[in-house]
Amino acid sequence: MNSNIIIAVVVSAIAFGTPLVLAGLGELLTERSGVLNLGVEGMMLMGAVCAFFVSQKLHWSSALVLLMAVLASMVAGAAMALIHAFLTITIRVNQIVSGLAITIFAGIIGLSTYLGEVWNIGGVAGLHQFNSVNLLGLKNLPIVGPIIFNEDAFVYGSWVLVAIVMFYLYRTRPGLYLRAVGENPAAADAMGINVTAYRYTHTIIGGMLAGLGGAYFTLALAPIWTDGLTSGDGWIAIALVIFAFWRPDLLVLGAYLFGIFSALGPTLQTRNITVLPSEFYSALPFLMTVIALAAASTSWANRRVGTPASLGIPYTREEG
Amino acid sequence: MTGPFKIERRLDTPKWLKVAVPIASIFLAAIIVGILLLATGHNPFTTYHQMYSASVTADGALSSTFVYATPMLFTGLCAAFAFRMRTWNIGGEGQLYMGAVGASATGLVLGDWPRPLLIIAMILGGAFAGMLWAEIPALLRAYLRTNEILTSLMLNYVAGFFMYYLIYDSDSYWRDLSTPGASVFPTGKSLVPSASWPGITIGSFTIPMGFVLGVGLAVALLGLIRSTRYGFEMRVMGDSPQAANYSGIRTKRKILSVMAISGGIAGIAGSSQIGDFGHVLDPRGLEQAQYGYTGIVVAALALYNPLAVVLVSLLIGGLTNAGFALEGPSFPTGLVGTMEGIILFTVLGGEILARYRIGLHHRAPTTVGQAPASVTATGAAS
Repeated sequence: MNSNIIIAVVVSAIAFGTPLVLAGLGELLTERSGVLNLGVEGMMLMGAVCAFFVSQKLHWSSALVLLMAVLASMVAGAAMALIHAFLTITIRVNQIVSGLAITIFAGIIGLSTYLGEVWNIGGVAGLHQFNSVNLLGLKNLPIVGPIIFNEDAFVYGSWVLVAIVMFYLYRTRPGLYLRAVGENPAAADAMGINVTAYRYTHTIIGGMLAGLGGAYFTLALAPIWTDGLTSGDGWIAIALVIFAFWRPDLLVLGAYLFGIFSALGPTLQTRNITVLPSEFYSALPFLMTVIALAAASTSWANRRVGTPASLGIPYTREEG
Repeated sequence: MTGPFKIERRLDTPKWLKVAVPIASIFLAAIIVGILLLATGHNPFTTYHQMYSASVTADGALSSTFVYATPMLFTGLCAAFAFRMRTWNIGGEGQLYMGAVGASATGLVLGDWPRPLLIIAMILGGAFAGMLWAEIPALLRAYLRTNEILTSLMLNYVAGFFMYYLIYDSDSYWRDLSTPGASVFPTGKSLVPSASWPGITIGSFTIPMGFVLGVGLAVALLGLIRSTRYGFEMRVMGDSPQAANYSGIRTKRKILSVMAISGGIAGIAGSSQIGDFGHVLDPRGLEQAQYGYTGIVVAALALYNPLAVVLVSLLIGGLTNAGFALEGPSFPTGLVGTMEGIILFTVLGGEILARYRIGLHHRAPTTVGQAPASVTATGAAS
């Protein structure tokens, strides 16, 4: 492979990895509060369909329309997350079952499909799209130019977000409290931290970021709505959080690594390089997820894992 | 907790509540769906009436409800059985695909066998393939403690692409290469007529053989869970994995065998898709149907009770049947999944509420413990 192909793969790895970064960061924050959200895939699809609807129906300047579309995706994700939060935090439904219910409700052949039909937005090209920005005028630099200085606002935004989440988790008081809630809610409660409020807030933020990740598909990656277009990315995002050991920095690396797996097939195909059947490349991200999950659960990794101790366990004072 | 309310666990749930709550939950779901229908410009009463007619009373409607209910019965049992031990096999979808691959291979290879033997071989072929596919997440779970939810789910996608490869992208044994048109419109090889399973026909109404088989399996599973040592150990592991470990239950072995049974049942769903209905391996049709995922809905609504799975599979089968029959501008695709989701939310919520008592907080401390009620009330306010 020459360097052109490598750059092309890296560039599209960033494109394919960005929704994973966004949704993964959201899931990371949610899980850090002790709530497991398996509804990411459904939330992403809701974000994608709502963002595309807004971008098709508003007739303002492109920047304003895109801003509203992004907001719509976050509201849609947050609405789904609110259902999950109410079911799991307030009335203590099993988090696994509730999350699966969200994905079945909102996902493919569910509400996102329904809205796409009712709004009649399927299969038409989008009117507005995030274009790549020549940051600081450096896009023609060799190698780093096309990779770092020629991305769209979504990608730059996701980088800023990673920095914010890292600062929040490790350098602020609410971030410290969040980690306390996830590790030991009873102790956090005794310190006067409102466990319920922290869990609600971070579940909803997680939903907003998942919605945003979905919006990346319909506003940037390929501005078109097709049913179930996230095709499993929500699930990969959940897996990423596990083998990133609940750390934002590792999560970004993992997301771009998986971006490479997703990008490999299409990139080779457009260049007519066919070594293995196309189904193999399509299945590659999922196969690699299984392998990575298995690797992350070996005893070597287990000693380093930062699983929030209360993950998946509802918190109640009366039952200790 | 939230507001002035207090939620406390009931010591035991009264019998009437166990029946009343699911009914009330489904009723509530119908109201919520009605609001959604109104909001999108449809008359809920007309829609509900059309759905009832399309799934029960119309010509042949009941028969096709059973056609949809059959795979859901198997995948529902697959999920319900594994979930009972809190082994979250989300891989029913992929295990069904592999079952269909296995059963169609069996049916093609053994085409000249006598019919009863051929049918039994197809059932076993599908079950075996589903079982093997389920053992991948099971082995990872048992020996590395890898999260089986994600691995079993990822393998659904892998199985889907494998099926596509067999029919659309290779000259595999499953693909029909005999006709000149076959390279343009790839299809699977059709099975011999004796490989199609006989149904029970009463007048114009047919119950597929798979459904009868599924009911038999449901009864067997209920017996296994309720009245054998195996089932007892499963329940202990589900309720408290630590207790199971201390009492000497071989937990690794249990995970492997429960996942094998669960995957085997989903595999039979694949056999039934080939034997009862399709008679050919059709990746696209199997993938679009999403029976594996619907099985999770069925299992959750049945509260993991195998006999209840039979009833719920008919309910969701009817819903799906109505969805396909009415599909169009007045009944957009996606409505069925949306309805399933809403029913799930209300039933799950209702089931928990039936187990808890909701009351107002009393100011006076009721227990001498770490958290007197007055503290709880303050906590609620903050």
